[in-house]
Amino acid sequence: MTRTVLPGRRQLLGAAGGLVLGLQLRTARAVSATATLAEVERQWAGGQPVREGRVQLEVAPLVENGNAVPIRVRLDSPMTADDRVQEIVVFNERNPQRDVVRFSFGPACGRAQADARIRLATSQQLVALARLADGSLWSHHVDVIVTLAACVES
Amino acid sequence: MADEPRVRTLIHGTNALQRGVPAQIRITLGHPMENGLRHDGYGNVVPRNLATRFECRLDGVLVVAADLYPAMAANPFLAFWLRADGPGTLSFEWWGDNGFHHRETRDIAPA
Repeated sequence: MTRTVLPGRRQLLGAAGGLVLGLQLRTARAVSATATLAEVERQWAGGQPVREGRVQLEVAPLVENGNAVPIRVRLDSPMTADDRVQEIVVFNERNPQRDVVRFSFGPACGRAQADARIRLATSQQLVALARLADGSLWSHHVDVIVTLAACVES
Repeated sequence: MADEPRVRTLIHGTNALQRGVPAQIRITLGHPMENGLRHDGYGNVVPRNLATRFECRLDGVLVVAADLYPAMAANPFLAFWLRADGPGTLSFEWWGDNGFHHRETRDIAPA
């Protein structure tokens, strides 16, 4: 007397929901560094360990115009004299040069957050790196797809 | 008359400040940010002309400084957060290639 156990409708729906959730999480989750960026990060860190987390690089995953891409870097910090963010830098992977922008935050800065408009030559990975007053280093990697690249006219 | 073309800037967010409350300041500098890699219609390289440094200070105390690289878009826009504990003078300063330097000030009076 064999009785095959078929998944019920609820289980199927639950599994489908989990699948969708998993896909969404994957786009939001930080990706690991490519070899080019890993080298740049090593030089910036000067041998100190860089941990993934805390700092956030906000950029649209699909960029329509690479000539002016809005980005935002931020890190939740009280910005007191002891516990503050010293700098946040952004590097790219496939522009002609790796540097994008470096922000230094001074004593009159109220929040470790900054916006900019940048150029992206092609689809690539970006990284934001933060240096805190306690010496810890943090990173956030983001992949972006660029449909209209900067520098196409050359 | 003037030898140098007028530098155009937009500075927003300095009017509605409150004491001790962080507020966002948004600035734009009118600048081509030529990266020296592009060619014009005749195949000549357009010479590099970048704004490379920005600093905002409140009565001489640093708020935010930014090193700008060729990957910054033309007419570089930046936004950052200021916390002012009293009235003072905000200075905005840019430096760049070919001796470019521009400074603007705004008097602030946080409520």
